[in-house]
Amino acid sequence: MSNLLEIENLRVTFPTPRGDLEVVRGISFTLGRERLGIVGESGSGKSMTGRSILQLIRAPGRVTADKLVFDGIDLLKRSERQMRAIRGARISMVMQDPKFSLNPVMTIGEQIAEALLTHQKLPRREVNARVLAMLESVRIADPERVARLYPHEVSGGMGQRVMIAMMLIPEPDLLIADEPTSALDVSVQAQVLDIIDELVKRKGMGLIFISHDLNLVSSYCDRILVMNTGEVVEECKAGELMAAKHPYTRGLIASIPRLDETRDELPVLDRSAWAKA
Amino acid sequence: MTALSLKNLDISYGDVQITHDVNLDIADGESFALVGESGSGKSTVLKAIAGLAPEWTGEITVLGSPRGHGIDRAFSRQCQMVFQDPYGSLHPRKTVDATLGEALTIHGIGDRNARIEEVMASVGLDRKFRFRFPHQLSGGQRQRVAIARALMLKPKVLLLDEPTSALDVSVQAEILNLLKRLRREQNLTFLMVTHNLAVVSFLCDRLAVMRQGRIVEVADVADLKRGDLREPYSRELMQISAAHAN
Repeated sequence: MSNLLEIENLRVTFPTPRGDLEVVRGISFTLGRERLGIVGESGSGKSMTGRSILQLIRAPGRVTADKLVFDGIDLLKRSERQMRAIRGARISMVMQDPKFSLNPVMTIGEQIAEALLTHQKLPRREVNARVLAMLESVRIADPERVARLYPHEVSGGMGQRVMIAMMLIPEPDLLIADEPTSALDVSVQAQVLDIIDELVKRKGMGLIFISHDLNLVSSYCDRILVMNTGEVVEECKAGELMAAKHPYTRGLIASIPRLDETRDELPVLDRSAWAKA
Repeated sequence: MTALSLKNLDISYGDVQITHDVNLDIADGESFALVGESGSGKSTVLKAIAGLAPEWTGEITVLGSPRGHGIDRAFSRQCQMVFQDPYGSLHPRKTVDATLGEALTIHGIGDRNARIEEVMASVGLDRKFRFRFPHQLSGGQRQRVAIARALMLKPKVLLLDEPTSALDVSVQAEILNLLKRLRREQNLTFLMVTHNLAVVSFLCDRLAVMRQGRIVEVADVADLKRGDLREPYSRELMQISAAHAN
């Protein structure tokens, strides 16, 4: 299987008054047409990794890498204008919170159509048909009505499905989902993830699923990277997560309460165990 | 003794009735959970008890004294609330010291210095954080401040609205341990709203499942641990949680 994405020694740096702060410190991985999960706590650099693939890190932040190649294209050498042709059409990203990521003054139908029309010219009738079909495929029961609504008129779960529809309508090869369900309810969470999962499988896309929820990631991904303070501390198959070796991963797993909890106190991460000076 | 009792509680926002006939009795020192999906009315119940949703009919009784519809200082000293999002619930331009001291000023309680230091120590916040602003703290530290604020008046009943859902799992563990320890040390009664059944299993004694503004089932946490809930809807919630835990 040829690699969709190859990353070697990716670093993201932000200048601060006390010198440069490296938030992603030399991570490398490759991605085929598979589902890769990136987990870690806040501040571990997982979102920054996702954003740097799309070149969404603005100055004064700096992205450097020995290699950042997507499907034969060197993303680091692309101009801003050339990147715009890739964003959405080839690689797209589902953000965390539909409340802040949808345009409040455009109807849902218009926004989804815009995602499509930015990258190709199509007759209006075909655009409409595709928007409705896409809304249907994210399991929105009444697509014609929903297409006419504004984002504030739909629930969080529906807003997130709208965003997924918008990201998938140009049929990208790689979908980056950055905490796509953490603003949602548990019952809606499962629905949204099942939709992403089904569409990714059907279209043979690559998926990078960024989350802090180990259980979620292990049930929706093939392979998992565990990140801590900007570095990948462990890489494993999703099914083998419970047998993880690194103390950080084990600490994270142990700190999750269980449905049949019997422990009187939850173990807390002892950060001194693996921290380097 | 009953710490908190709700009788035939109907809460409305304007013309829309949110909860229908909610009845609950929570014993002194008990930790009770309200679970359900968004829109089931579980947070609204907490808001009505705290006085943030004043359009209700029925009875709310805390430690034997019924609650009116207005602001009630005596009530505030008995019952306090901790909110979901520590990023939104703390005043961004007030230091930790000002946030914690405000309740003392309102209630005309002296001994400010000692009481602030005492409460900060009890929630595990170092003294150096006392004069910092919320943006200088991490999410876990902010939630500790929010809990400390609720404890300032030494209440007996704490209302917890999804106290850990905005936090990372590792920080969630710290806050859950803290809540458990505080309950043991200060003999607090908890009424917690959550959609995470594993958290209920760790922290609570009993739970009520809510759906569309009604309580559909009240059960012991032991039943939850055994997977022994009666109502089909409760079982559905349990299965979703279990599917994610594997």
